[in-house]
Amino acid sequence: MVTDHIVKSFDEELARLSDLISRMGGLAETQLEDSIEALQRRDSSLAEGAIEIDRVIDAHHAEVDELAIRLLALRQPMAADLRHIVTALKVAPIVERIGDYSKNVAKRTIALNQVPPVKPLFTIPRMGRLVREMIKDVLDAFSNADVGMAGDVWARDKEVDDMYDSLFRELLTYMMEDARNITACTHLLFVARNIERIGDLATNVAELVHYQVEGEPLSEDRPKADEASITVVEPQ
Amino acid sequence: MKGTAKMSEPAGAEAAQTATAAPSTKVRASGVNVHYGDKQALFDVSLDVHENRVTALIGPSGCGKSTFLRCVNRMNDTIPICRVDGLIEIDGQDIYAPEIDVVQLRARIGMVFQKPNPFPKSIYENIAYGPRIHGMARGKADLDEVVESSLRRAGLWEEVKDRLAEPGTGLSGGQQQRLCIARAIAVNPDVILMDEPCSALDPIATARIEELMDELRRNYTIVIVTHSMQQAARVSQRTAFFHLGYLVESGATEMIFTNPEDERTQDYITGRFG
Repeated sequence: MVTDHIVKSFDEELARLSDLISRMGGLAETQLEDSIEALQRRDSSLAEGAIEIDRVIDAHHAEVDELAIRLLALRQPMAADLRHIVTALKVAPIVERIGDYSKNVAKRTIALNQVPPVKPLFTIPRMGRLVREMIKDVLDAFSNADVGMAGDVWARDKEVDDMYDSLFRELLTYMMEDARNITACTHLLFVARNIERIGDLATNVAELVHYQVEGEPLSEDRPKADEASITVVEPQ
Repeated sequence: MKGTAKMSEPAGAEAAQTATAAPSTKVRASGVNVHYGDKQALFDVSLDVHENRVTALIGPSGCGKSTFLRCVNRMNDTIPICRVDGLIEIDGQDIYAPEIDVVQLRARIGMVFQKPNPFPKSIYENIAYGPRIHGMARGKADLDEVVESSLRRAGLWEEVKDRLAEPGTGLSGGQQQRLCIARAIAVNPDVILMDEPCSALDPIATARIEELMDELRRNYTIVIVTHSMQQAARVSQRTAFFHLGYLVESGATEMIFTNPEDERTQDYITGRFG
């Protein structure tokens, strides 16, 4: 492992920066978990609790910005230190957007609870679980400068995309079967889309971790399996 | 494919391409070893210094960077117990070849030191002395011109043009250092060596010298030894890191300070060891 800085306070401040990002990640995971559980259980008050978490994530984001800028100004960081701080500056708003998507899921849950339920959709909680694990793993990768773990997360998004594609088709067919399903299915489409987007954001973090550790950007294009944007389902 | 693309480019773009083409090597050190008596100060150092670029030498105290700098203009010759082995070439010519006139060499390779050291003469004489003894000026008019152009190129002319007869030692620290740079330029060098030129100067004076380096490198090759990594990062295009007499790593300044290859380099520049 890398040795400590001669000036200890620099290490303490870098540790604080990592800690803030970890906390943001933990809150975003909780927020997503609660939002999806609220959806499954049709629990509007749980959904409201999930929405509240967003404020804390935003506050941590502001702290990360302030601390990173302070470090840049006062420490003149070089090489790996510089890359770590710049990466933290880029990762924080991504985690904040993850929080925003989760908040959106919770809001739509409250709307969904006001209309009759559609068939139980197992895909959404499964997507949610996959994506929550991606968030946790990629932020661990950031803390530990683990480029292998980051690469692993990067590849797992394909499964999320595949699930989103099949869910998209499923929801289209429900809407075509019965127009009374349209309100609920439209909200569910957005919910699924938000979760899929969170998966994409986790891969963005993975790419940043790669840059932080290797000092070069990831050159490959991520295999994107998201075909929903070009999917057409014909009525029977 | 490349050929066709070039034909349709405007002339300006092609000129710009040449300007940024790979620079030639002005100074080449190959397998240089230096001993002070029994103590070895440099171990097998090989380094290319590119023409019209600023190359910074960094490293902790006692790492050999100043020793290396003094090899380039054979200043180490003045130290009796110092022995230099290996090859050092300027424009492909061995500087230790028997036919080399070391006095001429030191005009071609100027040096600026940490503590400004103007001669105890007038500002004018500080600059004129070198060209005069090297027989580079044909008369007073010539000398006047050399003095003015050197002071202009060192960014000092406007400040001293009305007091050229005053002693050089009466100037401020930053001005004295620019006077020393003007003095080095006056004898028309190819290379300017600078050993921590800004250590004794305040931040404003330092910034002016750094700006000067950027202008000077269009016409000269500059090698600077500096304790300040931030300065090396600001002024140089290439950086070489020395440690305990070894050249650990050298490369494009941007790469050294964002993503160095060697862990020792990274540890030094991030302040993980002194």
